[in-house]
Amino acid sequence: MLCDVCKAQTASVFLTQIVDGKIQKVNLCDPCSKEKGVTDPTGFALADMLFGMGAAQQIGANIGSEGVRCPQCGFTQAEFKKTGRLGCSVCYVTFAEPLKELLKGMHKGLRHIGKCPERLRLTQERDSALRQFHDDLRAAVVEEKYEEAAALRDKIRALELSGGVKGD
Amino acid sequence: MSIGNILSKSSDWLRGDGPHHHIVVTSRIRLARNLAGVAFPGRAKAAERVDVLEKIRPKVESLPEMVDAVSLACQDLSPVDKLLLVERHLISREHAAKKAGAAVVMNRRQNLSIMINEEDHLRMQSIRSGLQLRAAFKAINKVDSELEQQLDYAFDPNLGYLTACPTNVGTGMRASAMVHVPGLVLSEQINQIVQAVNKIGLAVRGLYGEGTEALGNLFQVSNQTTLGEKEEEIIDRLHKVILEIINHEQNARQVLLHNKPNTLLDHVGRSYGTLRHAYSMNSNEALNHLSFAKLACDLGFYGDAQRHAIDELFIETQPAHLQKGSQQRLATDERDVLRAEIIRSKMASFAPPDLEGVLVREKEARGGAKKEPPHGSGAGEEPSEGNLF
Repeated sequence: MLCDVCKAQTASVFLTQIVDGKIQKVNLCDPCSKEKGVTDPTGFALADMLFGMGAAQQIGANIGSEGVRCPQCGFTQAEFKKTGRLGCSVCYVTFAEPLKELLKGMHKGLRHIGKCPERLRLTQERDSALRQFHDDLRAAVVEEKYEEAAALRDKIRALELSGGVKGD
Repeated sequence: MSIGNILSKSSDWLRGDGPHHHIVVTSRIRLARNLAGVAFPGRAKAAERVDVLEKIRPKVESLPEMVDAVSLACQDLSPVDKLLLVERHLISREHAAKKAGAAVVMNRRQNLSIMINEEDHLRMQSIRSGLQLRAAFKAINKVDSELEQQLDYAFDPNLGYLTACPTNVGTGMRASAMVHVPGLVLSEQINQIVQAVNKIGLAVRGLYGEGTEALGNLFQVSNQTTLGEKEEEIIDRLHKVILEIINHEQNARQVLLHNKPNTLLDHVGRSYGTLRHAYSMNSNEALNHLSFAKLACDLGFYGDAQRHAIDELFIETQPAHLQKGSQQRLATDERDVLRAEIIRSKMASFAPPDLEGVLVREKEARGGAKKEPPHGSGAGEEPSEGNLF
């Protein structure tokens, strides 16, 4: 994809902004993005600044298929486009696809690597340990290492009893 | 504790005793959190917001950090009280306008405030004097860890803490420092700094956050991104940038003093004259002159008592603080008169800054510098705070 400004170099900075309910996208190459000083997606109306009023490519209709509605809160894409806010946590699943593009332009990455609620972390750790034990158990049975298999079975039972998270 | 009690005391951060407090007024960390399975406040019906409030409020009030706290529902507050909380950075302007289900719980020292049903179910903020981002984070992180044991947060293993606005998703954290940089503004370097800061994923805003004007040479620098980085990494990056800004500001002041002493002293002198002798002053004018009075403190003209008086005036001359102090609703022109009166009386004992002496010493230093830098304070050397002369 070529840079929208110089139309010569490959774009490496993809900015998306919602202005008055319309989604605008701008693709820039590294030198042009530096020249425009555009890494702050909320600091200015990016498309208007780059191309002048109304010249921005409007992709409002492309954000997912029309008429998707969040099953949890009933929020629609039109409302999301209008407010720039989501209705509930399930909206993140409902609008996952269009959101991905939006988040890509907004953040450093697409995966959270920071704090995690302690209770959830413990559950996740236990789930992943359980999965590992089950894999090891299957391997031990195939290899006919029955003593090892018995030990693993006991570990699995103990872990399941400690939190009752099986099949969670 | 009532709102009257809490607001009669000045905020803890106003004492101005944090590290680098000459240039960094405050450090703040805000965390956004939502409850799982409930619509975000903007989408939720009034009854749902009230349910959320009833669920969250007792948990927040029973935090060990909130002993002696004041807990207020926004709809019970008068417009002046709400604005007063905004002026003290305890609630956002948006929150002040909220009705059913919106509340704030804050501690007596006013360095911790938790808004319920703002844009997110929980907006928790810790505020410190000076450059103390890490300490502020430690405090608010502890509160968050205590609350998460009792409340089920909306959290996704890939996207982190889910927030109403996708710009906050991930850590839900906004770390910000308010810096006072008259040197960078006077030497016209501020736009360059803003651009450079923007390029590394940080935002620069005015005094009261998003979309507000930069008054009194005060700017807020904060992280723009919240997903894909750890909280500590974000804070470290901001901390380093603020140290850089402090450095640039100190250099800018030093260079101004050497190359354009009349420009710098003119601002300080005019502001002193206006503050001491004006009989009507609007809020913006007051902020801009107080900024140069603050600079005069940094330049060594005044001691700690005067510095504290100036810092207090920044807050006391704001519209809601004026009205609260006078116990009545005031028209704009009445406020301007009262504002000037408060400033005059508070600064009555301030001796005129010895600007002439600075010029003389500066000339001497320049003459001496040709042979040998006097007292080891030659150009290029980093100036120490409050001892630029």
